[in-house]
Amino acid sequence: MEISTSQFKRCDVVKITGRLDSATSPKLAEELARINNKGRFKIVMDFTQLEFISSAGLRVLIATLKNCKRYNRGELVLAGLPAPILSVFDLAGFTSIFKIYDDVLTAVGTF
Amino acid sequence: MKTRVFPGRYESLAEIAEFVTTEAQNAGLNHQESFELETAVDEAVSNIIEHAYGGEGIGEIKCHCLIEDEGIRVILEDYGQPFDPSCIPTPDIKAQLKDRKNHGLGFFLMCQLMDEIKFEFYHDHNRLTMFKRKKES
Repeated sequence: MEISTSQFKRCDVVKITGRLDSATSPKLAEELARINNKGRFKIVMDFTQLEFISSAGLRVLIATLKNCKRYNRGELVLAGLPAPILSVFDLAGFTSIFKIYDDVLTAVGTF
Repeated sequence: MKTRVFPGRYESLAEIAEFVTTEAQNAGLNHQESFELETAVDEAVSNIIEHAYGGEGIGEIKCHCLIEDEGIRVILEDYGQPFDPSCIPTPDIKAQLKDRKNHGLGFFLMCQLMDEIKFEFYHDHNRLTMFKRKKES
């Protein structure tokens, strides 16, 4: 799994390439914590190149979403989910708690 | 039936996924069905490492793939502590964000994604059998 981050004026974009499972999720948790620790809480997850996500990855997203929304200071939104991954999000009841956008540009534009 | 043995480490997950999805395609599952099987197997293996072995690098995981007329059967065997995740409470997937629990989702996904799940506990090993049916062509 590879993580690349881009900092924009209003938000940060975090792009994941590859698998988000029990082996790789701690690395994402570290990266998201690093962004939050800079006082930045508006984050777009670019999932266009995400190949797989397990409950370990979902847990990191939920924990970060809770942290970003605290004190109404931000939000973590998702963009570009491949169809099979979107179906897992739906099964896990995540489509009702995350804002999900078709593409990254639209997601960035919401901040 | 094809069998492979993997070290009980999270790094094995990608290799196990490759083995299982290749066999799923050989069994005639479509991309979505294969992805669902991969998800269930990933959750099962993660549970074995975390709960049966209590950590990484403790023991091995044996993975058997059996292609059947109606789909594929995946059997996972470990030599750790018996762990039956069906005793974990079902997560409330309609709960609001603040009430969301961090655990229990993996087993819930396994049950939702597979057509059959069976746990067996023997004196020297544990066996989890999962079956995924393919759509009728």
